[in-house]
Amino acid sequence: MSEIWQALLNLGDQLAAHVLLSAAAIALGITVALPLAVWASRSPAVSRAALGFASLVQTIPALALLALFFPILLSLRAVFGEGLPTLGFLPALLALSLYALLPILRNAITAQANLDPGVIEAADGVGMTFWQRLRLVEAPLSAPYIMAGIRTAAVWTIGAATLATTIGQKSLGDPIFAGLQTQNWVLVLAGCIASAGLALIADGLLGTIEKGLKTRRRVLTFGGLAAVALGVGAALLANFGGSDERRIVIGAKGFSEQYILARLIGQQLEESGFSVDYRDGLGSAVAHRAVTTGAIDVLVDYTGTIWTNQMRREDNPPRDAMLEEIAAWETDTSGTHVLGRLGFENAYGLAMRDERAAALGIESIADLAGAAGGMTVGGDPEFFERPEWIAMRDTYGLRFAERRNFSPTFMYNALQSGEADVIGAYTSDGRIAADGLTILEDPQGAFPNYDAIVLLSPGTGSNAAIRAAIAPLMGAIDVEAMREANLSVDREEDKLTFAEAARRLADRIGL
Amino acid sequence: MISEDQAALEFRAVGKRYGAVEAVREVSLTIAPSQFVALVGASGSGKSTLLKTINRLAKADSGEVIYEGDPVGSLPLPALRRRVGYVFQSIGLLPHMTVGENIAIGPRLAGEKLSPARIAELLELVELDAGMATRMPDALSGGQRQRVGVARALAGDPHLLLMDEPFGALDPVIRDALGVRVRKLHDELGLTTIMVTHDMAEALLLADRVLVMDAGAIVADETPQSLLEGRGGAVAQELVAVPRAQADRLAELAR
Repeated sequence: MSEIWQALLNLGDQLAAHVLLSAAAIALGITVALPLAVWASRSPAVSRAALGFASLVQTIPALALLALFFPILLSLRAVFGEGLPTLGFLPALLALSLYALLPILRNAITAQANLDPGVIEAADGVGMTFWQRLRLVEAPLSAPYIMAGIRTAAVWTIGAATLATTIGQKSLGDPIFAGLQTQNWVLVLAGCIASAGLALIADGLLGTIEKGLKTRRRVLTFGGLAAVALGVGAALLANFGGSDERRIVIGAKGFSEQYILARLIGQQLEESGFSVDYRDGLGSAVAHRAVTTGAIDVLVDYTGTIWTNQMRREDNPPRDAMLEEIAAWETDTSGTHVLGRLGFENAYGLAMRDERAAALGIESIADLAGAAGGMTVGGDPEFFERPEWIAMRDTYGLRFAERRNFSPTFMYNALQSGEADVIGAYTSDGRIAADGLTILEDPQGAFPNYDAIVLLSPGTGSNAAIRAAIAPLMGAIDVEAMREANLSVDREEDKLTFAEAARRLADRIGL
Repeated sequence: MISEDQAALEFRAVGKRYGAVEAVREVSLTIAPSQFVALVGASGSGKSTLLKTINRLAKADSGEVIYEGDPVGSLPLPALRRRVGYVFQSIGLLPHMTVGENIAIGPRLAGEKLSPARIAELLELVELDAGMATRMPDALSGGQRQRVGVARALAGDPHLLLMDEPFGALDPVIRDALGVRVRKLHDELGLTTIMVTHDMAEALLLADRVLVMDAGAIVADETPQSLLEGRGGAVAQELVAVPRAQADRLAELAR
């Protein structure tokens, strides 16, 4: 119990960011929905179109809607210039506002349609202009219903805002995604409790305003409004108050090693006097794009990933040549700086349980070709879309009976429970040794090299102090050290936090 | 001020259609100041539509309505409606405002604040207690609400009072009392009044002049007296026959 308390108390920043994001999204939703509802009440065609659009948006999964704004904003850069942010607050705000639109719009339109026609005629009959009628009659009579819609929108938005983590916006989703990654249920629970609590509080306050409007009790209306304003104000203060020094933003993709390395780099920077911030749980493509556009400052990436996914290369040169080409390519295309190798490799490999591999006499991927027809292959959600998988499959002519997607953590459980026979594993994963797994050999070299490298965004790459702070890590981490650190957060018992694991790793490599 | 011989209201070939339906056909007529006119007809005869062309709640498609010398189409809409008191069949009190605020709404729109004394006076005109001003409409009975509706129509000191089936939703006792009260107000305040009703008895008892409408046209324009004497044509007499037969039967029963 005290663990959850501790986790909750550490969520102050996330809570403030979550409140601001949700409040801004709902405010934008209201700003768009209300004029649209007024227009819709004068035109059935507009009403149908607006409600149809809002309903359509609602059918798109929130996660996909958030992700879709990345390419949309990217293409909008042609109009608004390179300064337009494609990750973080802006896309999260836009996606959540769209999501908030439907309940507000629907309630506002319904409220207008249900206004007593006698009252409307009377308003006209006593000589009200369009605006007077809207202000003096329609708005106050519709207000309780509109407020009910805003209430629904608020609860949805606060829930969906946890997903903003995946596009690099700090939110209460941070502990949820980090916890899911490592089966750290305390973190998951803390994130859920915080966002559910926030939703309940918002619902209660907005409900008070709604009741005040309905029963025409100004104390309730203004009391509720004041409480909401106070909450948003406190979040603003927490978010923007205090030191306004620039923080170095360190990105991490959604798996344990990335979280730990981000903390390790963060601790190095903090020791050198920098303030740091983390953007965790980024998708692989999103993370790379984020560092090249300066949305984040530092990222650990892998040579093979950039080579095949970003550069779209299919050949497989020796590792030094590959790194050189990548560094040149990053400099040419975006000015992103490749600081160097951390020292270990985290390759994709195919893994099986030792005894099963031994029983079937499988030592390499080539041996697998004959047996694959009766096997299930598991991979993380990206794995089967990546060019490496396609190259490997075609090189060895693998045809599995079935393939299934798992989150990286559950993939290992699936292998143990027999739900998958082979998985696309990561070679630096501590569970390979701990779970008794065999990485199948790759005699034809279908998988490229995956040296972990540190990327600095175009703006950060020229900062000598930052480079100096991170430099001691270069070439310092061997694969054994990384595996041990990964296992310390991934194991079922006695889990370390990412920050603790990063400190132990620093100790082990003598920093 | 208008002179005595100028018409309070004049319709010049007023026409109005809703799609294929010709609700009002070429109606021409003059109403003198201080007349109490009842506009009678069956449902769908166009009487409400004709009434609404006066304050442009319905806009005439052809012809024009002249109010105290001005074509209503030439007056700014809010100004026109503030000069014409209007009582609705649906009463139409604004449910989120107090009785007092409802009464004061017309002047308020014109940027004028009605004093509590004036609101009390208006409530008194419709025989309501001045203390009612602070109540909400849903705390009132139907009859009380329509009295407030009448007080609201009178708040702007209009010369012309339009009433669209004003007592249609009220029970008979209240309906009768309120009818008598309105007629009295008409006389005391020197109003010109046009009342739409489907009840010929009400028209005969309250009005100086009865207009009968059928299929969008005025088919009879008589005093109550001459209608009772059998003039005004078949449609009018059909409507007069109903209360007359009722009166006869009642007289028979009482014998």
